Amino acid sequence: MTKEECKKIVLDIIEEIAPDEDLTNVKSEVRLREQLDLDSMDFLDIVMELRKKHNIEVPEADYPELASLDSCAEYLTPKFNAVSA
Amino acid sequence: MSEKGADEHYDVVIIGCGMAGLAAGIRAAMFDQRVLILERHNAPGGLNSFYFLGGRKYDVGLHAVTNFVPPGTKGAPLTKLFRQLRIPADAFALAPQRSSRIAFPGVDLRFSNDISLMESEVAAAFPHEIDRFRALRSAVLSHNAFDMDASPVSGREMVGRYLEDPVLIDMLFCPLCYYGSARENDMDWDQFTIMWQALFEEGFARPLEGVRVVIKALLDRFRAVGGKRRMRCGVRQLHVEGEKVRRIELDDGSVITAGEVLSTAGLVETQRLCSDLPDTVGADNIGRLGYVETITATDCQPRELGAEETIVFFNDSEKFHYERCEKEVDPRSGVICFPNNYNYAEGAQLDEGFFRVTALANYGYWKGAPEEEYKARKDFWYGELQKSAGRFLPDFDLDGLKAHTLDTDMFTPRTVEKFTSHLGGAIYGAPHKSKDGTTHLENLHLAGTDQGFLGIVGAMLSGISMANQYCLRR
Repeated sequence: MTKEECKKIVLDIIEEIAPDEDLTNVKSEVRLREQLDLDSMDFLDIVMELRKKHNIEVPEADYPELASLDSCAEYLTPKFNAVSA
Repeated sequence: MSEKGADEHYDVVIIGCGMAGLAAGIRAAMFDQRVLILERHNAPGGLNSFYFLGGRKYDVGLHAVTNFVPPGTKGAPLTKLFRQLRIPADAFALAPQRSSRIAFPGVDLRFSNDISLMESEVAAAFPHEIDRFRALRSAVLSHNAFDMDASPVSGREMVGRYLEDPVLIDMLFCPLCYYGSARENDMDWDQFTIMWQALFEEGFARPLEGVRVVIKALLDRFRAVGGKRRMRCGVRQLHVEGEKVRRIELDDGSVITAGEVLSTAGLVETQRLCSDLPDTVGADNIGRLGYVETITATDCQPRELGAEETIVFFNDSEKFHYERCEKEVDPRSGVICFPNNYNYAEGAQLDEGFFRVTALANYGYWKGAPEEEYKARKDFWYGELQKSAGRFLPDFDLDGLKAHTLDTDMFTPRTVEKFTSHLGGAIYGAPHKSKDGTTHLENLHLAGTDQGFLGIVGAMLSGISMANQYCLRR
């Protein structure tokens, strides 16, 4: 999996948990919380969907790694590749 | 996983099929946990259920869904709730109120879902207090009521730092207490700010078809995510070994096991289910505030009798007394609700008129009254409460009300206890809450009223956050 594909997966998850948010212009390098109305409950849902849909575990200590799409891609892409390997 | 002798095992067992229990159940089941909700009563909804009498459907508790904001309002509790449960924002079909009023001797404060009305009313009736009122409002809005580690502070004490006029202070406390305080003559500052937000900043709404619309939306969602529930099946005992609930013994004698037990039964009620605690535990933490409510159904709309408002909170005394009353009922203060007086979509309206009056009542009296006396006193107090409320509805035609009455009902603290299992018929639960939901056991947590969130939206958010914390995060 590429980092771009990983970002797409994260965006798809956000679209599912926050259908009222406009995701067309989300910037990869900017913190998601600064662009979207997401709180800690929403981030929990991102983590839960990663587990449910993709068998990826994100320990609570690592939640800050999900701050932006770029940091998500850095952190999650190796995990996706490890799961599919 | 199933322990020896147990019939079934679940990841999560939830005690109580009210708003908190259903919301918690949806959250856990959404992420593939095996969830069972147990409910002793035959109807879902808990403290906000409904019933049928004489061919009519009545809501039990619901005057208003508080915390109402228009769909899509960013960051509001109601918005968070729909998102967390993944229910469409129009699923509860909420219609906003017209306007409401706090009525004290010689002074009224009207308010609506737009805080500016209340602010201008305070400015007009209490011009010497308006700057301090604004400062209080800023303090309320900037307070973080969800800091689990903060120790409880008296709301009266905090409000007293801003406002000086005791009448204005009482007028602000009156609706907030009536819609959620388990403490006599006060509420925790945290809860004061939560209730202020829910009533004054956000506001009142109601589905045309009443609380069952909300319950049905939750039940449908719970079913869709694979949750199970068992009605008419309460918990007889939680068998404790070590620091955990090991087995759950049900009223029908069967035994199940669960990784996590979330109880919405109330703090003391839950403690008393535990095999390691005496069944007298928590005697000093049973709610002391009971309520009666009269309900009158009419063949005409309330506005035809002169009532245009949605809710009126009234008090006839120099001081507002929110405390256990010595008499059977305390008619000095109360809450009037006209469920017809919401702005329902496209001018829709309930076929019949409804007029509800709530007041404080003495649980001990109603619980102990012999059957015949109980009925006679209900009839007596029904009349007294109509009269008491009528004093604060100068345009309302009470004689016309009698002529147009189709049926009446009244519930007492005894009714509440019977149908909700809340000790003392105390709808707002224990005066001392467990804000983080923890109990003395590792796998038993509280949600709902005694976790400290209030109102229907609060109850659901409580279920959501406790399920997030104790079922999903680990």
